[in-house]
Amino acid sequence: MTTWIAIGVTAAGCYLVKLLGLSVPAGVLERPLVRRLAALLPVALLAALTAQQTFSDGRHLLLDARAAGLGAAALALVLRAPFLVVVAVAVAVTAGVRAL
Amino acid sequence: MRAVSEQIEIPTDPAAPPADSAVVRDALGVGVAVGLSGFAFGVTSAGAGLGLLQTCALSLLVFTGASQFALVGALAAGGNPFTAAAGAFFLGVRNAFYGLRLSGLLGLPRAVRPLAAQWVIDETSAVALAQPDRRTARLGFTVTGLTLYALWNLTTLIGALGASALGDTDAWGLDAAGPAVFLALLAPMLSGTVERAVAGLGVLLVLLCQPVLPAGVPVLVAALAAPVVLTVHGRMARDAEPGERR
Repeated sequence: MTTWIAIGVTAAGCYLVKLLGLSVPAGVLERPLVRRLAALLPVALLAALTAQQTFSDGRHLLLDARAAGLGAAALALVLRAPFLVVVAVAVAVTAGVRAL
Repeated sequence: MRAVSEQIEIPTDPAAPPADSAVVRDALGVGVAVGLSGFAFGVTSAGAGLGLLQTCALSLLVFTGASQFALVGALAAGGNPFTAAAGAFFLGVRNAFYGLRLSGLLGLPRAVRPLAAQWVIDETSAVALAQPDRRTARLGFTVTGLTLYALWNLTTLIGALGASALGDTDAWGLDAAGPAVFLALLAPMLSGTVERAVAGLGVLLVLLCQPVLPAGVPVLVAALAAPVVLTVHGRMARDAEPGERR
């Protein structure tokens, strides 16, 4: 039930912001500060989520095979690999390190 | 799902609109490449303990990849539904700004907007905004949206079904798919000093908070990195003498 509540709230919220963008007159959300914050918020969240899902397990911080996978993904990004390759490299390296 | 504008060839002669076939080819390329990564989401979501119906509902109804990965990650970590949804929602807010740009470009009739809204994401915006006129923008938006929506949902289903066949998904390294997706989305955004400072502070905050705060809350605390860095940056710019600025 908890999961369905989370899905419902997320679906409604995400749909409404999409519709809001298409519907409001240009200018309402175009204030420079609002635009700047809207661009930076995903940066903060994505960085935090990357770190959290790589270096933690519940409440514990830990360094395991996922860190190697993420390092490989970062290298793939530097080499301008396509999206799918980046994800595949992370998965393969993580699995490889665990299998050692 | 990441902004893929760098993959799209912008015609060198702006006076000549690209041929429809070129627009369709770009749109299909983006739609297929990103649509296939629904598989990683399906597996991740099932591995996080969500049911088949729940996993598919997320791809059908939320349809914005980073938000979906964030939500299942937070739920797997034991977050309550509202803190988990809040993180996912904040990631979805950027779509409102794509919509602002697209509404003028696409000029959609009022009746079509509620339908088109669901397709307003990084990829469809990148393809549509790269087009020089309304007709090709509409074509690019529609083809990318249709391909990506169909494939993303199909591969989500396959991934969720396949997760049980894989057994221990961690052994296959699939718990690294989520963070790799986030990193791939983040990388093109780290162009400036302010962006890098926000990312660095975000990482620091989440790792400091993780051991002491309830699940789901650390990511929300890390979101504060954006206003904090923006405030500090603004103050530093104001304090600098006009002559000292570059």
